Amino acid sequence: MLTGLLAALALLAVTPPAGVSATDRPNDGGRAVIVTWTCSPDPVTGYRILRQPEGGEAWDTVGFTGPRLARFVDEGTPDGVSHRYRVLALTEGEPAESGPSGYAASRPQWFNTDYIPALIFTFIFAFFILYFVRQARRGAKLFIRRIAGLDAVEEAIGRATEMGRPILYVPGLSSIDDVATIASINILGEVAKRTAKFGTPLIVPNRDPIVYTVARETVKQSYTEAGRPDAFSQDMVFYVADQQFAYAAAVDGIMTREKPATNFLIGMFWAESLILAETGATSGAVQIAGTDAISQLPFFITACDYTLIGEELYAASAYLSREPVLLGAIKGQDYSKALILGLIIVGTLLAVAFGVPVIDLL
Amino acid sequence: MKRQLPLLIVLVVGIFASVAFFIPHPIVRSVDEVFRNDVLRIIAAFSLVLGVGSILRHHFIKIKRKAEHWPFSYITLVALFVSAVIGLFGGIDPSRPGILPTQVGGFSFHIQTLFSNMMVPLAATMFALLAFFMASAAYRAFRARNFEATLLLVAAFILMLGAVPLTRIIIPPLPDFAEWILAVPNTAAKRGIQFGVSLGMFATSLKILLGIERGWLGGGGS
Repeated sequence: MLTGLLAALALLAVTPPAGVSATDRPNDGGRAVIVTWTCSPDPVTGYRILRQPEGGEAWDTVGFTGPRLARFVDEGTPDGVSHRYRVLALTEGEPAESGPSGYAASRPQWFNTDYIPALIFTFIFAFFILYFVRQARRGAKLFIRRIAGLDAVEEAIGRATEMGRPILYVPGLSSIDDVATIASINILGEVAKRTAKFGTPLIVPNRDPIVYTVARETVKQSYTEAGRPDAFSQDMVFYVADQQFAYAAAVDGIMTREKPATNFLIGMFWAESLILAETGATSGAVQIAGTDAISQLPFFITACDYTLIGEELYAASAYLSREPVLLGAIKGQDYSKALILGLIIVGTLLAVAFGVPVIDLL
Repeated sequence: MKRQLPLLIVLVVGIFASVAFFIPHPIVRSVDEVFRNDVLRIIAAFSLVLGVGSILRHHFIKIKRKAEHWPFSYITLVALFVSAVIGLFGGIDPSRPGILPTQVGGFSFHIQTLFSNMMVPLAATMFALLAFFMASAAYRAFRARNFEATLLLVAAFILMLGAVPLTRIIIPPLPDFAEWILAVPNTAAKRGIQFGVSLGMFATSLKILLGIERGWLGGGGS
């Protein structure tokens, strides 16, 4: 009778998880240990993970996983303190306990090795850009393709001057830590030099207070460089509102009341892009837009006369100023792009024709 | 000095931020967080004072010159003053009252109440205009004036038809074709633009870090 009962219990007992190992999670800021194991071959409802500090007695439960998972990340471990782990296979009856893992301690790392490809490409792209900047400094002639939207800037400013109407420059709605806003401020500097030269009124409404201060100083400096510091007015560049649609309403109001001959919508935009661009189009202004927000590009292309698409926004200040050094940087960008294109073609060929796991290699 | 100091700060902080991207160590991360959040907020607080000064000056000038629609400037100034006073002294909401009596019976005009009941509906109204602007923009875009516009019209027509459930019964392959247009040619074009944008951002950042591009300093060229 007793023998039969023991045999039945032996049949019910599950095989415990095997090969439990614990290692510090790589490439992180510490406080995490990865626990792995081989799942029990028997049906289980899940696993419970226990932890014991070195020199300690108690085993504390640190987490649970599902029945098919063989990995658990113990987050929140104190750095530099060794722990070992056990995994319990949970069943309807008694749990089956694995043997303990070796000791492991979490530690923060000083370099994220996952980013090595990013670091390599950073150096390659920087090399291209700096090489062509150096070439430009030495006086090399660099060809830059024509950008219709930027060629139209002079014409648009001239039109406003002839019509005696102002130019509206919207530097986007983002903050100064957005590279698109910095690119927009650079373009504003070039536009302001031309409005100073022609004596055309300029209106620059701002949404971000930091962008407002930078834009004001940029316009002021441009007027000084153009030899017209007297033509600069503090009221040209002003702060409107921080709220997205309050700002859009204010700019729409300016477009309707002041009837600018030319609207520049350059920088980062969100849902208000079409509200601004359509109002500008109905007011009869020539509109030059530029953004790197891909989802807003179709709206600008539809409602504006010229649109700077993506990278053209970043090339604009160099293109307008014709500064050889800045043009050198554009050339560097072009070569970097050619390299990416070449790598995509080679990678695709290797993956498709030869089955090389290109993505995994990266 | 006026130019060299900002350039030096940009160089040091910019290089630190770039290097911090590759270092997960908490010491580096926490310093990076201080720069990204705390320092930026402090600068923004100072700029906000300049921003409010700009609004006041702009509207005072309009009133003084009796520019077109100048009475609206009074509304802006009164709204600015009232919301500032209520925001500073009137409490946030009924559960967090301030020193001003901003509750009259059941009627509350705390700053959160004003925001939820005035700013939010006004912003939603502006946002709602987008639907009408989309219709007028679509009308302009879909006029088949040239080859590109015709392509756009055809693609949009297929996508719109593909989104209608009945199309799967009438023309079974069309919804899948519409999805293919979105997933393949559209994604390819978007990624191409993204490559250019990323490189443009990288080049602009590098030019600013190295002092090649100085437009952000208030002009000054390269």
